[in-house]
Amino acid sequence: MTSTDLPLPTYKPKDFASDQDVRWCPGCGDYAVLAAVRKTLPKLGRHKEDFVFVSGIGCAARFPYYMETYGLHSIHGRAPAFATGIKLANPDLDVWIVSGDGDLLSIGGNHTIHVMRRNVGVRIILLNNRIYGLTKGQYSPTSERGKVTKSTPMGSIDEPVNPLALALAAECTFVARCIDVDAKMLVPTMERAAGHEGCAFIEVYQDCNIFNHQAWFYASQKDTRPNNTVDLVNGEPLIFGENRDKGVMIVNGRPRAVTLGSGGVTEKDLLVHDETDRTLAFTLANMRSPELPEPLGVLYCNPDRPAYEQESREQIRQAEEARPDTKLAALVAGPDTWTVG
Amino acid sequence: MTSQAPEAPSSTSPTPVEAVAVRFAGDSGDGMQLAGGQFTSTTAVLGNDFSTFPDYPAEIRAPRGTTFGVSGFQVHFAARPIHTPGDAVDVLVAMNPAAFKTNIDEVRPGGMIIADEDEFSGVGLKKAGYAPDDKPLADEVLSSRYRIVTVPMTRIVREALAETGQSAKEIDRCRNMFALGLLCWMYDRPLTPTIDWLDSYFGKKKKRPEIASMNVTALKAGWAFGETTEAIPERYQVAAAELPPGLYRKINGNEATVLGLAVASAKADTQISYCGYPITPASDLLHGLSALKQFGIQTFQAEDEIAAVAAAIGVSYAGGIGVTGTSGPGLALKGEALGLAVMLELPLVVVDVQRAGPATGMPTKTEQADLLQAMYGRSGEAPCVVLAAASPSDCFDTAIEAVRLAVRAMCPVIVLTDAGIANGAEPWQVPDVASIPEIKIEHPVAQADSDDTFEPYLRDPETLARRWAIPGTPGLEHRLGGLEKDGTTGAVTYDGPNHQTMIAARAEKVARVVDVIPPMEVGGDAGADTLVVGWGGTRGAIISATERLQQEGIATAMVHLRHINPMPPNLGEVLARYTNIIVPEINSGQLAMLLRANYLVDAKTVSVIQGRGFHVEELVNGIRKVIEEAGR
Repeated sequence: MTSTDLPLPTYKPKDFASDQDVRWCPGCGDYAVLAAVRKTLPKLGRHKEDFVFVSGIGCAARFPYYMETYGLHSIHGRAPAFATGIKLANPDLDVWIVSGDGDLLSIGGNHTIHVMRRNVGVRIILLNNRIYGLTKGQYSPTSERGKVTKSTPMGSIDEPVNPLALALAAECTFVARCIDVDAKMLVPTMERAAGHEGCAFIEVYQDCNIFNHQAWFYASQKDTRPNNTVDLVNGEPLIFGENRDKGVMIVNGRPRAVTLGSGGVTEKDLLVHDETDRTLAFTLANMRSPELPEPLGVLYCNPDRPAYEQESREQIRQAEEARPDTKLAALVAGPDTWTVG
Repeated sequence: MTSQAPEAPSSTSPTPVEAVAVRFAGDSGDGMQLAGGQFTSTTAVLGNDFSTFPDYPAEIRAPRGTTFGVSGFQVHFAARPIHTPGDAVDVLVAMNPAAFKTNIDEVRPGGMIIADEDEFSGVGLKKAGYAPDDKPLADEVLSSRYRIVTVPMTRIVREALAETGQSAKEIDRCRNMFALGLLCWMYDRPLTPTIDWLDSYFGKKKKRPEIASMNVTALKAGWAFGETTEAIPERYQVAAAELPPGLYRKINGNEATVLGLAVASAKADTQISYCGYPITPASDLLHGLSALKQFGIQTFQAEDEIAAVAAAIGVSYAGGIGVTGTSGPGLALKGEALGLAVMLELPLVVVDVQRAGPATGMPTKTEQADLLQAMYGRSGEAPCVVLAAASPSDCFDTAIEAVRLAVRAMCPVIVLTDAGIANGAEPWQVPDVASIPEIKIEHPVAQADSDDTFEPYLRDPETLARRWAIPGTPGLEHRLGGLEKDGTTGAVTYDGPNHQTMIAARAEKVARVVDVIPPMEVGGDAGADTLVVGWGGTRGAIISATERLQQEGIATAMVHLRHINPMPPNLGEVLARYTNIIVPEINSGQLAMLLRANYLVDAKTVSVIQGRGFHVEELVNGIRKVIEEAGR
């Protein structure tokens, strides 16, 4: 049902730009992510017509309109369910969900959980700006406690949700985090997500420069990022800091930030990243600045679980194979008939 | 085990009767649905016309013996065509005091009650709310009104199965077969179909031949009880009805919907993906279709009603036929997504098996109160095609038509059925599948060497449907969404005049479905002053009522709507011919409101909203009353 047998054109990022004017606010982090996605798609070896971008509602959800691919701008929170239907009908399509923290974690929290636990083969890009932008600045499910917004003049009393921990708890098989302006990490992470058989989830720290400017600056800027984040490399120890002299080590079962050389700590003592270890992934997902560096890159990847849509197809194939002679007329007549006249 | 049934010769020769309604009533765990279903199957084989009414509580296993745990199964069978499960019951089988108490009012005066006397003591009476010294079976008033036959069912079954070594619980579960055997004796029905079924179900499928054998013993004990005692002095015979010749099967509405969708998928040569969330009384659609994978049917049990409709829309976007099914509360949840489907202009079929509402209401009981929700229950102006199945077997044709119209008009089609026809069964002349027309689906492809951009909202001049371009098609990349679109390019626009044009186009597109709707045929006495207008699952009761009114000398014509939106092309002209327009509905007058609004006619409502189908008698009285009032 896709055109894989046709020769693959050589695409450039601009081939994925639709004729629509991009209407995000100047300076919005979404521009960087849009550019990174357009940069990623030509690398994937897929035909343009095989991509489908699906979104819910919100600023981020305008994303499909700006991609010269198939796209579905759906209703608030339900993008994962629409995407599931698309994959069920045609598993060969490359389906991407791009939406925001309000859309995917608040009104659509339920669908986000279930698309993950089913392992539907979609790539989810969560543009997390910790605020409601389109409705002009109310607090979101990822806003920090005490956040003062139009709807929380005395500060939010809601505990924010941790998107990575939620994804892991929902049995998501690929969990990663990136920063909007860091195309160097974002592009290869999206490439890996695209190659993942099941459900791939990337949380993107995205700046809303109008309603929640600088929310991620503690982690996203040249001078803040080294000390407040750690780039995960599979099989490598967790080392961070502007001089790469800090690390994360497990002490009494808990992660702790340490300085290399201090108290005899060496690289060998540090926690080594293993992206197949789900328990470790939970530990990483719960590392928060300033106590610990926040992890960036791929926290968890389990490539072995089959995708939901493939298993659905497989059951149909098995049933068809087991009963190849099935006749529609016999089905309609059923096992018990009688004749009149 | 011998499968030879002790059927004939019998000491008493049966008296012929024209039509009988029997109701099996007992505890939810007493197997009443099974006994009633088997009695119906046997009746079908004998060539009677029939109509059934399973009446069960929402509680899966309410406390044993309580009145709210009573489950009933009514079957009306006749030597002539019949259209309803019957108003009043001729024979009630009451397996316990609670069943006796809750069902006795359903029995016609002079009717028979066969009760398991062993249950009418101590705890059984107490649980049903009787006083310890109450003797309902010996009640003088009741005994003068009904023929109460007491049978020691529990004791006989226990004695008959004493040597099996099975627990009392397993043995007592065979009481339903005893009751069935007794009724089969009484109405001269063979035991063989039931014995075959027991062997096949318990013996082969469940690998419990000992259970099959126990049930057969109980069944035969019931027959023998009728034969050897004189507890029931008479036997009856209901001859075969004169139905059109052909091959028949028994079918209920949910089964028919499932088959209709399977056939539609084959006729459209396109996979149907049924996306549902369990809800009474629609869950059997999900169950039925999930067992049809060998026909290429895909099913998806979503996390909620909204996800179910959203996934179905996703399926249609990707080129499959997205179908979702639900009941009233679920339809409410799907409202926003239905609005989106209207905006996207994608085919979608939504089956609403209506139940008594609002909110959770009475989930197992029937109602027709979702009509206006189906018409208007969305934000903005979001017209959908609305169809309503008229009987259990009509669900088959309606489901096929829904798929046909959804792909024709590129819009959602809502199919209204109801708990009554979804669970009720009737004989159905098996259709010739080969003669059902194909459903034509076309997906556009890009013209070679053309640089033209695909315009997703260009419309077919005849149907006004837009083209169904699907992902994976080179050169037709486009974006759909809930924001208003330019009428040709499909680009997002907030242009006022374009919005009005698009609203009109979406409405006109649905209205033009009328081009493929056949004109209505007027039934009954077409020259009468009174026209009874019905819709959906009440057709059988309305036919019976108008027939009876004719017999009483009150001339009535009738039409029955399967097409609610748009309505049939000649409906306005038909309505204009009659002085009295009477609309019986299991709601407070929703169709009447539409008829008044659309055709400026003084439609009067007859409504009975009690969680069940119309009784013919109350319909006759209701219609007569409206006619009399109009005549004053």
